[in-house]
Amino acid sequence: MSDDDPKSRPPSPTRRKFLLTSGSGVAASLVVGYVPALAKDVAAETDSTPTTAAPNVEGLVPITLSINGKNHQLRIDPRTTLLDCIRETVALTGTKKGCDHGQCGACTVHVNGRRVLSCLNLALMHDGEEITTIEGLGTPEALHPMQAAFVAHDGYQCGYCTSGQIMSAVALLKEPCGPDDESVKELMSGNICRCGAYPNIVAAIQQVRKNA
Amino acid sequence: MHTFEFSRPKDPAAAIALASQAKTAQQGADVRFIAGGTTLIDLMKLSVETPAYVLDVNRLPLDKIEATADGGLKIGATVRNSDLAHHPVVQRDYAVLSQAILSGASAQLRNMATTAGNLLQRTRCMYFRDTAMPCNKREPGTGCPAITGSNRTLAILGTSEHCIATNPSDMCVAMAALEATIHVQGQKGSRAIPIGDFHLLPGSTPNRETVLEPGDLITHVTLPRPIAGSKQVYLKLRDRASYEFALASAAIVITITGGKVELARIAMGGVGTKPWRSSEAEAALVGKPADAVNFRKVAEAALREAKPQSENKFKIELAKRCLTHALKMASIS
Repeated sequence: MSDDDPKSRPPSPTRRKFLLTSGSGVAASLVVGYVPALAKDVAAETDSTPTTAAPNVEGLVPITLSINGKNHQLRIDPRTTLLDCIRETVALTGTKKGCDHGQCGACTVHVNGRRVLSCLNLALMHDGEEITTIEGLGTPEALHPMQAAFVAHDGYQCGYCTSGQIMSAVALLKEPCGPDDESVKELMSGNICRCGAYPNIVAAIQQVRKNA
Repeated sequence: MHTFEFSRPKDPAAAIALASQAKTAQQGADVRFIAGGTTLIDLMKLSVETPAYVLDVNRLPLDKIEATADGGLKIGATVRNSDLAHHPVVQRDYAVLSQAILSGASAQLRNMATTAGNLLQRTRCMYFRDTAMPCNKREPGTGCPAITGSNRTLAILGTSEHCIATNPSDMCVAMAALEATIHVQGQKGSRAIPIGDFHLLPGSTPNRETVLEPGDLITHVTLPRPIAGSKQVYLKLRDRASYEFALASAAIVITITGGKVELARIAMGGVGTKPWRSSEAEAALVGKPADAVNFRKVAEAALREAKPQSENKFKIELAKRCLTHALKMASIS
């Protein structure tokens, strides 16, 4: 989508009045959290000091995201997916963009402890929620047991799917899953590996489950 | 992705009021509710969906699973598919629903997808998803290139000369077999829609997929009280073992007394333009002995009206075998 595309311009002014049809700020009373930037009376929860230098671009909306236990006050285009927000706005690039359409699992993160695909979420949907990325799982000095198992079992080759695999596997530990390899494969089927590291990935997960 | 305004209505009444100003609730809607976003964000990235206003309904109080007064189940619109599939009452009394949900998508998607969102899931037809292609569903009057083009995964039941797109949902097939009711609040109050009436055949208006009108908010789905002694199976056949849409699937709810089928609810997926409840199959089965010969006859009846496309004639036999095998699995379960 290029900037020249007329369809990429914001809706026309008359349609913008849509949410303010009664003219008395009715729309502002219908929504909570934050009000669309175009509404004149903005709700109380606006950012004070953004942690990223935001350009003064029309249409950006304020949001606070809690990522790996740290609050980030941001101003973003509403179209920003959680994935792009994590990678581009907050510069945590451990989460990868594989297909951008929810088909490969490389973008898997945790929201409130559950594994989800960050490419199919809008960042705006998650203010007030706890987001965990691969960076929040462990450090080189203190690896998460799943990360250590992936190393021990050679559970990756190029490494591109790996952060998504690990985030997915860690969440799987808290989901109902049969004891056998087939059950693990079924519950990990949303994470695709072009290098074919699957047998080692399953072995790593099974080892962590056994030791848990 | 086209720009839009995002907001979060503070209660269902506000959501309805805001969405009531939409031109349509069907293809081309200028106002969309967003819950999981697994269909909507995907289609917005493709510019197939271009709402000017996106209303987040995730924090509305529609996320509970509760018993109903008549012994059935009430499932909130924003209940996540994974929570629904793992709910103990669903696994015990509506097993076909749990099996169907767990056969679909991936664990991550099931954690995001919601009951109402799954009801409104859109077709995976490659022409619908590509704005460079003509498509009667996406742009009425432009034609259906699938009919003479690539149609291996598309429908053989309920098609028209205007559209042959398959409905991809597994949950809806199970809900059809369970005779679910969809509860909607809108500008004119509440109404209860049997699932069989909720989705529309394409006919000459494939852009209209459901009976929803602007402002309509699905609040919950109810299931009738469980059928005592029912045997339930969801069988899904596809190219891959997992994480793949159905080429053909069958949802079975039957009771067998003295070797004869007493009650039968049969629905099919992967083959219809809407979740395909098969009254033909049910009529052929009720009162008959529960054996392989009759099961095959039931399958023949179910697919009698099937019209193959140029690339998917195999689906007719596949669907028959799927139905036959699912009935066998149910009868011995």
